[in-house]
Amino acid sequence: MSLLQAEALTRRYRTHSLVGAGVARTALEDVSLSIAEGETVALLGRSGCGKSTLARLLAGLEKPDAGKVSYRGTPLSMLDRPARRAFRRDIQMVFQDSPSAVNPRFTVSAIIGEPLRHLTELDAAEREARVSELLEMVELPASIATRLPSQISGGQLQRVCIARALAAGPKLIILDEAVSNLDIHLQTAALDLLSQLQRSEAIAYLFVTHDLRLVERFAARALVMDEGRIVEEAGADGLAGLKHPASLLLRQAVLPALPRRMAEHAKVQPASTNKADALDPV
Amino acid sequence: MPTFLTIEAMTVAAAGAPRPLVENLSLTIERGRVLALVGASGSGKSMTCLASLGVLPPGVFQTGGEVRIDGRSHTWQELRGRHVAAIMQNPRGAFNPVRTMRDHAVETLKALGRFDSDADDRIASALIEVGLKEVKQVLPLHAFEMSGGMLQRMMIALALLSDAPFLFADEPTTDLDLVVQMRILDLLERLVAERGLGVLLVTHDMGVVARLADDVALIDHGRLVEEGPVEAMFASPRHPVTRLLVNAHLSLYGMELA
Repeated sequence: MSLLQAEALTRRYRTHSLVGAGVARTALEDVSLSIAEGETVALLGRSGCGKSTLARLLAGLEKPDAGKVSYRGTPLSMLDRPARRAFRRDIQMVFQDSPSAVNPRFTVSAIIGEPLRHLTELDAAEREARVSELLEMVELPASIATRLPSQISGGQLQRVCIARALAAGPKLIILDEAVSNLDIHLQTAALDLLSQLQRSEAIAYLFVTHDLRLVERFAARALVMDEGRIVEEAGADGLAGLKHPASLLLRQAVLPALPRRMAEHAKVQPASTNKADALDPV
Repeated sequence: MPTFLTIEAMTVAAAGAPRPLVENLSLTIERGRVLALVGASGSGKSMTCLASLGVLPPGVFQTGGEVRIDGRSHTWQELRGRHVAAIMQNPRGAFNPVRTMRDHAVETLKALGRFDSDADDRIASALIEVGLKEVKQVLPLHAFEMSGGMLQRMMIALALLSDAPFLFADEPTTDLDLVVQMRILDLLERLVAERGLGVLLVTHDMGVVARLADDVALIDHGRLVEEGPVEAMFASPRHPVTRLLVNAHLSLYGMELA
């Protein structure tokens, strides 16, 4: 049984103005996917293709207009109280804009401790110990626990949000452009951290992004979305075989690895992976 | 027409900060070339750009340095709009939300004293040049009715209206969709080639540098630590911070420094 499964999801948004309801826009149409325990699935697409909407439906933050999301085989709408609590604990989300995803008046320790208060039975002392453990896990100094979000850097705050998602021992973390705002070296560091946590904690990821380069590095399976639909799936053989026009456009938009004049002959060598073949820099 | 712009010994300090945000930084921007100013978040690259235009935020002061064009010193009033046009990250915030695109274009021309009978033609040709071909549909729009990519094109069109020979572009594609980013970078490249614009490109993305830059200057903790042609920067970076940035970038492509 898959951990989380979406069947034929459709979601429409209607804009409202002073003069009444506007035309409904379909953000997501007939989308199905399933995520197994411990796997990493990438959801790839341009701005406005519906990938964030899908992520929000999967996390139970919104309800679909048609179709259903099932958690361990049970539709979300049918979950009883204990099962709903388990769902909340197992499925966590990390957002792109970390400053707006935290309460600016909470300390780092309160931010990370919040899911522990609601989703676990830990007492205050145990929570404090768990917060220290989590800070260590995301490689932040313990001294940061008493700081406010405004007193730490963007990269550190993103790690705090990852620590919060990890707090209650989730089975799946939905990363909605969760590293896009960071400097590249911080992005790769964050992804390395997430991969390492996947091995130690057996967590599945749904990695929502528009950046093909990160997908190659991080995910085993990638789904390409365009205009509210999943148009293509790339498997373990990499992204080289993608054929849909939307996928090709994303490929073409990948920035070059090297300046044009040195792309062919350079001192820089491909490392011993096959990623360089899949993402030809030219 | 001028041929080069120099930022000389720029120093910027924040009130109460123990050390300057930008320290004694000098750069030369040549016509027809793109100089990328690169550094991590908080390294002082945007502050350098803002100080050179005389638009530092409250609480931050320029304590030394000046901007020269062909060796001649200028006030900011002379520089802004006439010699140097600027485009910024997050173009949405740069537009007045209750004014149309036409209002912005007219305001730009008036500020430069160039609002003449041919204004409509000049505005139309600037919009067409940046790829906003449906001029009549675009001009009545407000910022909220346009996408990020359209707004950045409009910013560039306003920059072109000024006929300024130099362009400061501060993270011009950072918030944009990857495909839109590709098109904006293509556009900037074409403008450099066709109009001989001299561009100061502030970015943290080495992919953008590889795509567009001729020369690179690396800033770390407010100081210039490495400078040179883009090829040298990618092939044999010397400073540890440059190596870190180039290596992190290359690792995305499964490559590493030799």
